[in-house]
Amino acid sequence: MKIHEYQAKEILSRFGVPVPKSVPCFSIDEAEAAAKAIIAETGGEVVVVKAQIHAGGRGKGGGVKVVKGAAAARETAQKILGMNLVTHQTGPEGKLVKRLLVEQGVDIARELYFSIVVDRGAGRVVVMASREGGMEIEEVAATHPEKILKEVVDPAIGLAAFQARNLAYGLGLTGPSAKAGAELFMQLYKVFVETDGSLLEVNPLVVLKSGAVLPLDCKMTFDDNALYRHKDLESYRDLDEEEPSETESKRYDLSFIKLEGSIGCMVNGAGLAMATMDTIKYFGGEPANFLDVGGSATTEKVTAAFKIITADPSVRGIFVNIFGGIMKCDTIAAGVIEAVKQVGLKVPLVVRLEGTNVELGKKLLAESGLAVTSADDMADGAKKIVALAAASGGKR
Amino acid sequence: MAILVNKTTKLIVQGLTGSAGTFHAKQMREYGTQVVGGVTPGKGGTVHEGFPVFDTVADAVKKTGANATVIYVPPPGAADAILEAAAAGIDLVVCITEGIPTLDMVRAKRVLADMSGASGKPVTLVGPNCPGVITPGQCKIGIMPGYIHKAGRVGVVSRSGTLTYEAAHQLTALGLGQTTAVGIGGDPVKGLDFIDVLALFEADKTTEAILMIGEIGGTSEEEAAAFVRANMKKPVAAFIAGQTAPPGKRMGHAGAIISGGKGTASEKIAALKAANIAIAPTPADLGKTVARLFA
Repeated sequence: MKIHEYQAKEILSRFGVPVPKSVPCFSIDEAEAAAKAIIAETGGEVVVVKAQIHAGGRGKGGGVKVVKGAAAARETAQKILGMNLVTHQTGPEGKLVKRLLVEQGVDIARELYFSIVVDRGAGRVVVMASREGGMEIEEVAATHPEKILKEVVDPAIGLAAFQARNLAYGLGLTGPSAKAGAELFMQLYKVFVETDGSLLEVNPLVVLKSGAVLPLDCKMTFDDNALYRHKDLESYRDLDEEEPSETESKRYDLSFIKLEGSIGCMVNGAGLAMATMDTIKYFGGEPANFLDVGGSATTEKVTAAFKIITADPSVRGIFVNIFGGIMKCDTIAAGVIEAVKQVGLKVPLVVRLEGTNVELGKKLLAESGLAVTSADDMADGAKKIVALAAASGGKR
Repeated sequence: MAILVNKTTKLIVQGLTGSAGTFHAKQMREYGTQVVGGVTPGKGGTVHEGFPVFDTVADAVKKTGANATVIYVPPPGAADAILEAAAAGIDLVVCITEGIPTLDMVRAKRVLADMSGASGKPVTLVGPNCPGVITPGQCKIGIMPGYIHKAGRVGVVSRSGTLTYEAAHQLTALGLGQTTAVGIGGDPVKGLDFIDVLALFEADKTTEAILMIGEIGGTSEEEAAAFVRANMKKPVAAFIAGQTAPPGKRMGHAGAIISGGKGTASEKIAALKAANIAIAPTPADLGKTVARLFA
């Protein structure tokens, strides 16, 4: 699960991590009031108005502005709130800005990079830092891997004090800044582990002219598998940032990703679902979605899945590809029949069934009177649905 | 020969009395696996579907002589179940459970690294979030449908469950069969990885060729390609799922995500090709691609 910058900073504050003074705002009036309050409290005229969306590259896209005074903050908020922000991470369609963060301006001496991730190769948490703050870190990693400092953490010990110092001195911090930096890194590691993070990225991490070390931005992503033990994080979910069909599919515990094409897919197993998309593409079609109904789907779940696919107006054909293991073919057939009974079927449907209870599943479909084209195997099914969808005007 | 499991394997089922545990324990017994008992804390001393139930793995091992376990325990307790099995001296731990928190696996792996099974060798973990391991005709541990498998010449290793079935089905239909099929699972932090299983297949006298099924995310396939190039004499075929997956979207498996431009299918396929590995263009060609290795 992804959250907004302002929410990440709220979590950091809760763990006692120092962050710049800031207020989340949902309207222009709120933004002006927040700027006034921050200016009154800090004595500085400069505030930063930051668009809050679940994507990076906001500054380059025009979603982050430094201004002087509350009136200017209001004017800027008016421009950013409601704008369609396009960054390299949003895709060309961009994202509508509905939330802002108004933040105290700070006197920056240096911009650094800091992050915590799980290194799958090592099976360990890795803490990374670089002097190249504010930059695209992927670019730094590709061109100058030596500029990225890494400390691999032993989970039995946590980030050791010496490792935190290695990072701080490695970043060129000195004196009280080095001490503050090392302390900050250990705090951030604690936040990461205690919230079951999958990513905690501070870019930039700034050193102020006063010597203080602060996270100026913070991006946090949590492990979906661990959310059951962090009920408090659930309130941070922003449904506006999620695809509605993906939200609906979560209700039924389906794994669904909306894509750009015209051929809807229903498959059991994530690997087979990806492979089905690949096969459709191989035969000249474009998949409209990734959908894994899982191994233990009930008829209701399959019905819900089928309805989500048919609700997508860009879908011109549907391919059901099932290799029953735990999943039984007759359950799939019953779910598809039930869904069609409820919402109808306006596009061609190709079904490939194999594995557990395959004969029973085929019999159910045959007796239902549905206009189903059956397929012998995955390639056969993909070819058939691509041809049928094209004939129904869906070739993109 | 085969690898990891055979007819002498003595298996217990952790989470036996749950619905998945019960269903699959019976399926495995029917297939011919020696299922010697199960563990469900609080139900020790009872008999469930003909299987003796124990409160702890230690107790089950002492009474049954089990050397392997399969875990169907729900996610919150699954990493603990892995540790319990290892502490009891189990040599092979197969974890089916999907949805274990990643940091639980980080901690479990750290502990496992320092432990050895009763045989004195390091504990072998397969999974989590995997279909299991099958040596056709001898031993089935996991959730795969047994009937699509047939004893044969090809070793199969895969990150995906249903694609493993697809592969086994095609190999069986072509008369090639499998020596052992291993699902290593779709999680980012897991037990055996491609390299470990490839090394086992290379050393196994009955395995003549290997089919490896990877997917987007991580760098395991690239590392496997380097390993094949440096260490393997047997021919290898491969397929990578997710060639059309968009970056930044997690495709079902926690491990299947293209992030920071890394882990794409095209990078993996290029690395595999460079190691002289035959690539199946679509998943419908898995069997045929392997068959060509024998031509």
